[in-house]
This record gives sequence, C-alpha cells and structure tokens, in this order.
Amino acid sequence: MASVPVSKTSTAYRPRKPDWLTEILDWVMHPVELIVVPIQRRFGTQKMAWFFVLPNLIIFAIFIMLPMLLNLYYAFTGSTNLFPQDRPFVGTANFTQLLTCQNFLQPTTCQQDIFWRAVWNTGVYVVFEVSGIVIISLVTAVALNQRIRARGFFRSVFFYPVLLSPVVVALIWKWILQRDGLLNAIIVALGGQRVPFLLDAEWARFWVIMVSIWAQVGFYTLILLAGLQSIPTEYYEAAQIDGASNRNTFRYITLPLLMPTMLVVLVLSLIRAVQVFDQSFALTGGGPGTATTYIVQYIYNTGFTSPSRQAGLAAAASVVLAITLMILTLTQLRLGRKTEENT
Amino acid sequence: MKKFVLLLMLTLLAFSVAAVNGQDAVELRITWYNDGTEGDALRAALDQFEAANPGIKVVIDDVGYKDPNVYHSTIQAQVESGSPPDLARVNDVARLAGTYLDLTPLVKDSKYWTDSFSKEVLDSLRTDEKDTGIYGFPLNFTITAPFINRTLFKQAGIEVPSDTKADVTWAEWADASKKVADATGTPFAIAYEPRGHRFWGFAISEGGKWFNDEGNFTVDSAGFRTAAQEMIDWNKNGISDPAIWANLPDGPKLARDQFIGGQVVFLYSGSFAVGGLASSIGTKFDWSAIPNPTGPGGSTGSPGGSLLVGFAGTKHPQEVAKLMDFLTQEDVLGEFSIKSSFLPGHLGLAKAGLKFTDNAEILNQLSLEIPKINEQAYKLQYSKYAFTYNRPIDGRLSQVIAGELSLDDAIIAIQKDVDDAIAAAKTS
Repeated sequence: MASVPVSKTSTAYRPRKPDWLTEILDWVMHPVELIVVPIQRRFGTQKMAWFFVLPNLIIFAIFIMLPMLLNLYYAFTGSTNLFPQDRPFVGTANFTQLLTCQNFLQPTTCQQDIFWRAVWNTGVYVVFEVSGIVIISLVTAVALNQRIRARGFFRSVFFYPVLLSPVVVALIWKWILQRDGLLNAIIVALGGQRVPFLLDAEWARFWVIMVSIWAQVGFYTLILLAGLQSIPTEYYEAAQIDGASNRNTFRYITLPLLMPTMLVVLVLSLIRAVQVFDQSFALTGGGPGTATTYIVQYIYNTGFTSPSRQAGLAAAASVVLAITLMILTLTQLRLGRKTEENT
Repeated sequence: MKKFVLLLMLTLLAFSVAAVNGQDAVELRITWYNDGTEGDALRAALDQFEAANPGIKVVIDDVGYKDPNVYHSTIQAQVESGSPPDLARVNDVARLAGTYLDLTPLVKDSKYWTDSFSKEVLDSLRTDEKDTGIYGFPLNFTITAPFINRTLFKQAGIEVPSDTKADVTWAEWADASKKVADATGTPFAIAYEPRGHRFWGFAISEGGKWFNDEGNFTVDSAGFRTAAQEMIDWNKNGISDPAIWANLPDGPKLARDQFIGGQVVFLYSGSFAVGGLASSIGTKFDWSAIPNPTGPGGSTGSPGGSLLVGFAGTKHPQEVAKLMDFLTQEDVLGEFSIKSSFLPGHLGLAKAGLKFTDNAEILNQLSLEIPKINEQAYKLQYSKYAFTYNRPIDGRLSQVIAGELSLDDAIIAIQKDVDDAIAAAKTS
C-alpha cells in the first residue's frame, strides 16, 4: 500500500488568521490583560488559580457562608427581634424545645408537635419520592436508551417538566386535582363521584409525591442516560457472544456499571427531597391540617408567618435539618465508595 | 460648533435647575397594601395634598399583603435597620410600638386627634399606660360580618331569616343556608373565612369567654367548644367546603371566590371585603350584609382596621405631620372612606354617618353592627397580643377538620401556642 506523503510541517501549530470575532475578543480582553499580567508577574502562575476563583469565593462567602454562620448564631438566641445584636443568648433552649418529646411517635406529646409532624411527613415523603424517582428514572433511561422510534421526541417530553418553575408545576396540578378540577370533571363525566384529591390527608400526601416525581424525573433520567451511554458497548457484545439473556445483561453489566451514576441520582434527589417546600406549599399550603407540612415549611412558618416570629427556633430546626442532610450524604458517599470498590 | 456648545451649556443648565428643584422637594414614602380600591382613594387624596404643598411629593409603595406577619416583618426589618418608611399602613400595630413618630408636638391641634379617634385605637399604638403619644390614625374601622346571596334565597323561595326577625342564631342560619343550597343546587351553604380573628365573635355569641378571672387569655370555654364544634360539623357534613380550611394561606380568598362565583349561600367575612366583593360581583346577583348571628352571648362581630402611622426614624417629621393633619380632616377622610367603601374610624364621621355612593345599603347595615360589638372582642383586638391570640385558632381548628387532632387536643394546643408566644415575646 502506497504511503501517504505527510508534510513535516502539517502538524505544526499554525496560528489562525484573526477574524472579526477574534479582533473583538482581543479588544475586550486587552484591559483584562492589563490587570492580570502584572498580577501574574507578581504572584506567579501557580497562584493565579486563587485569583480566578476569588470572585466566586466572595459570592459564596457572602451569600452562603455568612447566612449559614448567622443561622447558627440565631439558633442559640431568643426574642422576636430581627437583628443579631438585639437577640439575647439562650444557649441550647431552642434545641431542647424542638427535641423534647414524651413519645416521638406521637407528635401531640412533643413540645413542638408541628415540628415532629413535619419530620414524619418529610420522612415518608423522602422514602417514597426518592424511591419513585430512582426507579422511574432508571426505567425511563433504559427505555430511552433503546433504538426506539422518535427517541429524541420522547427524551424532550420527559425533560420538559424540568424546565417549569416549581410554582407553575404546582398551579397546573392544582388546576387538575382540585374539587372542580380536570381530573374530577373526567371522573364525574364517567359517572363517578368527586374524589377529594387535595382534601384527604392520604390523597394529598400521595399527590404531592407524584407531582414532585413528575416534575423531576426527566432531570434524573438525563443523568442516568448519560451513565448508560458511558458503558462500553464491548461488554454488551461480549455478553451477546456468550449468550447472556437480556435480564442477566442488565443485572450483571448495566446495573453494576451504572451504580456510581445511580448513587449521584440518589444523593441529589435525597438532598432535594429533604428540602421540599416550594412546590408542595403552592399545591396544598401544607394542608389538609398539617398532612403535607414538611420541615422547611415548619421553618418558614415558625420564623416568618407565626405571630411570635421565633427566628431562634426556626434557625435551630434549620441546623437539625442540615445535620441530618450531612449524615445522610456522608453515609451514602461511604456506601458509594464501597460499591465502587466491589465493582 | 458655537451653536453646539451653546446647546450643550443650555442642556446642562436645565439639568442643574431640575436637579436643584429635585433636591428641594421632599419625598415621603408610604408602605401600603390594598384590600380593595382604597389605594386609588388614597392616591386621590395625596394628589390634593401635593397640589396644596408643592414642596412635598408622596409615593405609595404597594408591597402586597398575603400574610400579616410577612408584611409587618418587611416593615420591622426596615425599622430595625434604621431606614424605615416615612409612613406605613399597619394592622399588627402593637408589634412596632415604640418605633412610631409621636405627632403630638408636630400636628396643628393634638386635641382634635384625641377627640376624633377612639382611645382604644390610639392606645393600641402606645407602648404602655404611661405613654400618651399620638402616633397615627385609623384609616378605617372594620367589623367581621356575614353576607348572603339574596338571589339564591329568592330562587329557592325561602325567606331570609333576618328579614322577618331580629335575632337569628347560627344554627338557624346554617339550616336556612343549607335548605337554599339544596333547593338551588348550590355546592355549599356556608363559607367561613379561616382566620382566628373571624372566629372570636362566633365563640362570644355562643357564650364563650376569652379571658379568665385573672384577665389572661383562655380558650377553653363552653362557648368556644360549641362554636368550634358547629364549624367542624359544617365541614364534615358538606355544609362548608373543607378546602377553605385545608389550605389556610389561600382560605379567605377561596371563601370569597366561592361567594363571588355563586358557589355558596352564606359568607362569613367582614366590612374590609366589601369593596373587593362589590367590584367582582357587579350585577351578577343580589347580595347583602346581614346582622351577626346571635346566641346565648349575644350578637357580635370582631372589630379591626388598619392605621396609618409615621415612623420616628423618618427624616421628614414635619412633612409627615403635615400630611397626617391633611389626611385626618373630616372632609378628606370622609371622601377617602366613601371611595374605598370603608367604615370610618373617625368618631365624628361615624356619628354623623357617611353618604356612601356605592354599596350604601351594605355599609349602612355593617355600621349598625358596630354598637353591638362585645367588650371581649375589643379587648382581644386592641391587645398587644391580638395576632398571637388570632393565628393558632385557625391552624389548630384546621387540624381538627383534617382529623389530626380532637377538639380537646386542639384546645390544649391553642392555649400552649398562645402562652409560648407570649413568653417568647416577653423575652424581647
């Protein structure tokens, strides 16, 4: 076979001729260079990384770290005053008030009964919502990874609700689920009785979970889809040659190799589930009674809408929530590491 | 070139003059919310004020009002950070007591103020018994009261009970409304706005006592139990839509929307809602205000209202007082009340009676409810802890309706909520 003559200079770097875009960029970047170049000379290339992350660090410090520290301070203070300097130190009184219970399974015996109702509601919500999201997004991702007709269309359809604001999602579903809503209209038209979807505690809990899954599953499907597509096809070809069934292929190749991605989905959906508030608040307002009142709504009500404005108590509940989240995340990460090692 | 330089100089001169003029004008800002059309009525009064006082400009900052605590927290944060609005419309008046501007030395005639506005209302703005300052005035006087859809009564061929006898009990109204709803195919008989404040009068009329012998708040009385049980039963028996008490943040709006939509016969709301109801109902059906239902404790609604106050932190106390003097004039306040469909908080206007052009029959009926207000209802409303007494009631009763608590448990919980909140407030 005749060899293709290769010019010695063919792979050498050749600067492209500056086009109009490059010229504009040069013009824009020139003042930046005037600032950056002397700094780089002064501190060296290695330390320039700090210079570039500094703006983000400042924003993080002001809008994340400072409020977190303030929240921690508020958790140990009392009174209804808003500003830290006007709030007396009360030690762990807020935590004691939150965590004092004769029987944790019976919220009415707790000093802050609504908090414990919110804790139980959040627990139930997290278990069912996260399981639902993981299972449904896995099934959807596997289905959308197949060579099916209109695959692109279906991928868009599943992702579409993710683009909607949580309040919009809640309002759409409220319109569907309320007493005179679309769903009841269909049921009545078919000769049935109206169902109190948002007025019965169990139904309301069910729908808050369902709506949340509907709104978020597309996002997690996308993550799992990326995970599925990163599995080398050689494994499947080898399994096919070995005569493995579809079930075994899924069980022994797809699932183990997808496990790290599934862990990401699990951690992200879990963190988000524990923080549930906006969507459920817009859908049910926390009712009926306190059936769909979750921890974040308790914090909001206690700190902002209760007449006593117990910001200290609300801050203490936030700290409890943060610690819970931290424990859950660390446990999951540890489990994830073990899974990766085993894989 | 010369022309260009000349033009440039003239433009700069014009800007400088405008800037100097701008510096001379004092701008007052009022933090405000609207229940109905009162924002427009206030603007009309402010336009008159600005025309008479060219050096003062008044801006209304309408910040919306869904939750009283969120609204007042916004003002509280401004006050505590040292940049309060010059004036604000408030109804949780005790919350910000101590931060208001004392108008006594600034207004033309402080005696006019003490003669024109009730002592209870002026006291509610004061920090304690020793405080004699004048801090604001009531923009309106509100009273909770029921409204009925008269067209539905007519269609059902059932007489409106209060048309034929003076005293109609809650049970009689529930019975009549249910019959009308059944006869006309209306989904619900009664819509009761889910707010503790609306519930005070109901409990008192059923013989409830809100204060014990020591003068402390108590919820456990036979009258409260009767009223609460009636309301719970309405929700369980289909007389009321449980959705109203299930979603507390939107409950009052939902109750009014049902009435506006002809979905309910009887609405328990208040005079504050008249403007909004009238503009939404229009000529769709006939509706009217009726006397508060009666019982062993008599017939009473709950008083209320919002006040316009100045803040001590304002940079323009003289101008604030000037504006307050203008707005409290009988003719100005009278016109504001008429345009807003508000019952006046000015004693002279209330005594003389206002000639309402819109909703006159409804507002006149509501005026008749004022002399009947029970002393306990005044004490609750003008207490430092008015909002503390108010909120746990609706929250806990909604839990009973949802089946989470028994009425006994709810009574214990309300008492604890109120006691805890008062204890927390006392640490401030």
